Amino acid sequence: MIPSTLPRRAGAGFKPEHFADILAAPQPIGFFEVHAENYMGAGGPPHAQLGKLREDHAISIHGVGLSIGSMQPLDRDHLARLKALCDRYQPESFSEHLAWSTHDSVFLNDLLPLPYTGETLARVADHIDEVQSALGRQMLLENPATYLLFTESTIEETAFLAEIARRTGCGLLLDVNNVFVAATNHNLDPDAYVARFPLEAVREIHLSGHSETVDDLGAPLLIDSHDMPVKDPVWALYQTVLRRIGPVASLIEWDNDVPAWPVLREEVVSAQRMLDDAARQRAA
Amino acid sequence: MSEITQKAFAAGLFGASLPPDGLVAWNEAVPQRRYDVYRNNVTASLTGALASRFPAAESIVGADFFRAMAADFIKNHPPHSPVLLAYGDDFPDFAAAFEPARPLAYLPDVMRLEVARGRAYHAANARPLDPAALAAVDPARLGSLVLVPHPALSILSSPHPMVTIWAMNAGERPLGPIDPWQGEHALIVRPRLAVEVIPLPPTGARFFHRLAAGANLAQAAAALEDNGFDLTEALAILLRSGAFTTFKEDVP
Repeated sequence: MIPSTLPRRAGAGFKPEHFADILAAPQPIGFFEVHAENYMGAGGPPHAQLGKLREDHAISIHGVGLSIGSMQPLDRDHLARLKALCDRYQPESFSEHLAWSTHDSVFLNDLLPLPYTGETLARVADHIDEVQSALGRQMLLENPATYLLFTESTIEETAFLAEIARRTGCGLLLDVNNVFVAATNHNLDPDAYVARFPLEAVREIHLSGHSETVDDLGAPLLIDSHDMPVKDPVWALYQTVLRRIGPVASLIEWDNDVPAWPVLREEVVSAQRMLDDAARQRAA
Repeated sequence: MSEITQKAFAAGLFGASLPPDGLVAWNEAVPQRRYDVYRNNVTASLTGALASRFPAAESIVGADFFRAMAADFIKNHPPHSPVLLAYGDDFPDFAAAFEPARPLAYLPDVMRLEVARGRAYHAANARPLDPAALAAVDPARLGSLVLVPHPALSILSSPHPMVTIWAMNAGERPLGPIDPWQGEHALIVRPRLAVEVIPLPPTGARFFHRLAAGANLAQAAAALEDNGFDLTEALAILLRSGAFTTFKEDVP
């Protein structure tokens, strides 16, 4: 099984509108991450761009459609497409979500939440075994941003993820913004969540912006919107994690209201600075 | 148990009902707005996917109209694959039957052009037909050649000025009165990385439709008789457009 081997540096989610700027002024960047499903056409500009990026940079392929948290079997055709994509581009990492997005044959195009029970734990672990053996790679599993809870849940999310990683040998992708969003939405302390998180399994971190609204009763409800800069409390939580585990591959995600490349790159530089600080503290 | 939970969760996403049983929040028993976040995400993200495939249609009808039409389409024709690159191929047919869009008779054909452009964008790469290879064929045998369409090729014919309306709403040419208002035809090709829309006269469209359907050059050229668009012009477009990749001899 090929392990996840992203450099312990800051990277950016790749947006096609930035391609010309990235080519025109090549700069060191830890890695680029792409959404797998956008590169499942037969040819054309998407593959031309990804091929060029692959030549110059480390690449992370991030799936958003495998529906690993689904109670129904995985889509074998989709798994075959993911395998073809990974075989073609040989990414440093492949990751997916602790979520589901397909029901019956309908693709719902959102990362939907699942209850945490012994039954779902067994199902998700089976699915991850299947993915890892199909791809011949270790995958990373990302913690979700959630807005509500299930009465049937019996296991804490952090314990659920720890057990999944233990059973399957998968790595974890810690989305620090998702931690902040979900903790706020469930009136929990994000630092306590991080303290319980199985940090030893983390191979990548995600950082992004979120928007703020309120629920029916006026309590804060944060939305994982990926449409603005990373907010200060999320940066602070990120630094807490880095103090605990040292530098780790860290991605800025900005998928909606995408800014000009220099703006996104500035966010990447901010993350890199924090990574450099963490490396110095480790050395001291 | 969880299977039932997911079924109920999914079932409510396209409706406007209460959240399904079994969902809670730390502070409330019926987390309506929290469930609505997922409901909104589903429709908004799929609307976004359609808007990115049909920018000219969105420009024609306006963002609000487009969103309403898309919401209706999504509810009745949700995607059946996590790969959304081809999602909405049947959106033009839906628009043709969408009552509020009836006055815009040309809209479905403009949308078909956008579908063809999207398909061309993601089609397999292939080298266009080499003019030298064609020139090397014994002229006496030219008529029996059958051409292999490029994977990106579409040929569209419309009773409306589909290409002009698309171009005006895709920023390819300035908005202005369309005169004469007449049917238009086009090749949609992608010989290398750029998708191109090449307008054709009606007889040219017949020629290319026949070729793409497997007729040999002589049979396709028969479509050109009795009008101003001659074989030389047709062959020039054929070679320049990259609509075909290679040829084989049609042996009866």
